[in-house]
Amino acid sequence: MVEMSKFAQSDAYVASLIREVENLPPAMHAMGRRGFLKLSTLGGAGLVLAFHLPSGKAAAAEAPKVINAFVRISPDNVVTVYSKGPEIGQGIKTAFGLIIAEELDADWKTVMVEQARVNPKVYGNQSAGGSTSIPRGWDQLRQAGAGAKAMLIAAAAKSWGVPASECMAQDSAVRHKTSGKSATYGELADAAAKMPVPDVATLKLKTRAEYRLLGKRYSGVDNAKVVTGQPLFGIDVQVPGMVYANYTKCPAVGGKVKNYNREALMKMPGVIDVFAIEGNGKPVEVMPGVAIIANSTWAAFKAKNALKVEWDESGASKDSSSVAAARAKEIALKFPENPSVNLGNVDAAFAKAAHVVDAYYDYSFVSHAPLEPMNSTAWWHDGVMEIWSPTQAANNALPMVADLVGVPEDNVIVHQMRCGGGFGRRLMNDYMVEAVAIALKLKTPVKLQWKREDDFAHDFYRPGGFHQLKGAVDKNGELDAWQEHFITYTTDGKTEVAGGNFSGNLPNTTLAPNVRRATSMMPLMTPTGPWRGPRDNAQVFVNQSFMHELSTAAGRDHVQFLLDVVNRDVPELRLKPGPNINFNKNRASGVIKLCAEKAGWGKKRPKGTGLGIAWAFSYGGHVAEAVELSVDDKKHITVHKMIVVADVGPVINLSGAENQAQGGAIDGLSTAMGLEISMEEGRIQQANFGNYPVLRIRSAPPVEVHFIQSDFTPTGLGEPGLPPLAGALGNAIFAATGVRVRSMPLSKLGYTI
Amino acid sequence: MIQLNVNGQQRIVGDDVEGDTPLLWVLRDHLGLVGAKYGCGIGACGACTVHVDGKAVRSCTLPVSQLAGKKITTIEGLAQNGKLHPLQQAWIDADVPQCGYCQAGQIMNAAALLNDKPKPSEADIHTAMTGNMCRCACYTRIRTAIQTAANPEETHRG
Repeated sequence: MVEMSKFAQSDAYVASLIREVENLPPAMHAMGRRGFLKLSTLGGAGLVLAFHLPSGKAAAAEAPKVINAFVRISPDNVVTVYSKGPEIGQGIKTAFGLIIAEELDADWKTVMVEQARVNPKVYGNQSAGGSTSIPRGWDQLRQAGAGAKAMLIAAAAKSWGVPASECMAQDSAVRHKTSGKSATYGELADAAAKMPVPDVATLKLKTRAEYRLLGKRYSGVDNAKVVTGQPLFGIDVQVPGMVYANYTKCPAVGGKVKNYNREALMKMPGVIDVFAIEGNGKPVEVMPGVAIIANSTWAAFKAKNALKVEWDESGASKDSSSVAAARAKEIALKFPENPSVNLGNVDAAFAKAAHVVDAYYDYSFVSHAPLEPMNSTAWWHDGVMEIWSPTQAANNALPMVADLVGVPEDNVIVHQMRCGGGFGRRLMNDYMVEAVAIALKLKTPVKLQWKREDDFAHDFYRPGGFHQLKGAVDKNGELDAWQEHFITYTTDGKTEVAGGNFSGNLPNTTLAPNVRRATSMMPLMTPTGPWRGPRDNAQVFVNQSFMHELSTAAGRDHVQFLLDVVNRDVPELRLKPGPNINFNKNRASGVIKLCAEKAGWGKKRPKGTGLGIAWAFSYGGHVAEAVELSVDDKKHITVHKMIVVADVGPVINLSGAENQAQGGAIDGLSTAMGLEISMEEGRIQQANFGNYPVLRIRSAPPVEVHFIQSDFTPTGLGEPGLPPLAGALGNAIFAATGVRVRSMPLSKLGYTI
Repeated sequence: MIQLNVNGQQRIVGDDVEGDTPLLWVLRDHLGLVGAKYGCGIGACGACTVHVDGKAVRSCTLPVSQLAGKKITTIEGLAQNGKLHPLQQAWIDADVPQCGYCQAGQIMNAAALLNDKPKPSEADIHTAMTGNMCRCACYTRIRTAIQTAANPEETHRG
């Protein structure tokens, strides 16, 4: 049971990542006064501004250790922005640059965006998850741009002997309105650096109508490197003198190494060393396994293929998907006596209901499967552990690595590399900590490269789940009662596994006066974690499909039914007022209505063709989606079109935002149609893309994207584009065929795409 | 020792490289060309796509011993005389990439398609590109970019 407690610790860590996202202060304006710190010029002349969160007093006197972002303007008129967070394909490097450039009135063509080093003491949080990068960075980066601009204008005004109010900035230059005098930012940078630092409170940030850059289309700042194959990603790192490693863990998580064929492997070409690592028993750090060190990736792979390990599986996972599915059905027969939510009187509502519907839904575990397999390069030298890693949360790795190595965190250097996809997988740094454990035994740098099969076998999966629902519609056609029994998993016997508890978003948007919710848990050792749109990615499918079952039973127009639900006033479910990224019924109504309009809701369609619609409030975004499809008599689905309507406040980069929305919707389609991770005897049954059929181009429909822009604080788009899709898909299948799908993936029900 | 022709240059692969080493790892580990990517190792995702004698191949399953005397082109060698291939330019113009990891393989596969069929239909694109997975699902823009590169006189959306 020692192992079990470590598993629980790991699970608590993963759950804490999700909580951190949820507890993000919604309006970053409320962070209080921020001050600027002017740094001595770095490596040459020019203006370097840093911005920090003062702890309350004497802000300007604080040492630069609390700095959390930089803008640099060099004499050649290049504006460099340091992007503190990881780029995982969500386009944050481009968006961060644009936000600063907007307030700075910089010429976008000469803005460079560079990846910041990892140092949470300097930068604060440096993770990417929960679509929080934009709301977290919004005020901070706008103030960065506006503050630098104020200093540049002040410098110009001083040199020309005119009031600053007569000067204006545009395209990286300051101009005196009446005389027409002009100077570039590069020319002004040295003088600007000598200007007093403005008080943040005096900065006037632009209104949306004043934007010159934001909201237009921009190609990603690294695209030229991407399309010419330049090194960018973690896997591309080459450090002089490095060797290559892989690491083999027990296919049933928790198994320990008993014996392995070291002598045979040591005779193989290119093999340098083979050794076992005991690890610390935490799936998010280092589990027991065998490391192979070789002079090339291929030599290490070949040795891995020849590796034979005898495992001690006495403490290992015996998880079985088929056993769990059967057990969940039995558990679902009885609603628990200790509901977590018990609002109104559900039983009375059912007794007087005009329509009552019962349904049982389930969905599979899924893997993140980012295309770049896990890897990290580590080098233990001079008392320092230096790491190059494609991670979504480098700052979280620092204490883990420092603890494992036995050095202060200051002696851990992490270079955060571009990630070949994240989807939540790289919030866990296990592959980084493994590389560190291996590097500790070597004198050279070492690149740990997982095989694709390792990625499938050792993920932190989106947990599957089972929902027994009962709903009631009253004689007026209104949603009157919602009862939901969620059968999920637990590792510690007390709390749900990470990503396997009730969504925090749905209870406040399923606005019925009578609500009862309860959770039952089954044991699980397989690690789980946040997967794109954590919890919403599956629970919105259940919620929005069942909502459609209810409106259909009542003979209601579904769009009107949805609008009635989101506009219902249920005081007990009302969120506290104030935070402007919280659920807003007007924004919800707006996306639902526009989506219905764009999709041609209510239009007569040919037999076998159907339109489905669903919506979600997810990770700050209000998103409605529609799917129009045909289903033939062999259950083959042709999706004609998908529509995404999103309200995430003002759009930063229209091109990037559209890409996220399209990608999220297609990922939702791909996952709902065909993706499943299953386990038997603790072993993951899917090994590679051959039996994990991520959707391909021929099945990818056109995706029309519309944004409702507003002055709310902008929120991210990595997560919220995905959750509504599966519900819209299922509802469309019902509209086309009259058959209700209550299980994901649909491939298990015989559907193809 | 194997002599390779990579992006128009003669490259020598030493005896320390086993003949069964897939071209992908020779490019990445030994020749310092990291544009072709490792995704699955079984030819199922297309991230490792390069050209051998003008044809798109999966370099992760192709032993280097079979490549002596053949003309290998990687994403690093696709631009000619300092000018991006029309597909590379179209990829930038359409802002195709999200994470970008699969895009070298996508572009190399699309370049082979355009060599065979300079004006591909949508069905041609689907058939040719189905072996290239994009986990971020940039598929609608991949279609647009290929059509743009093939028909520069027309405008394409979605």
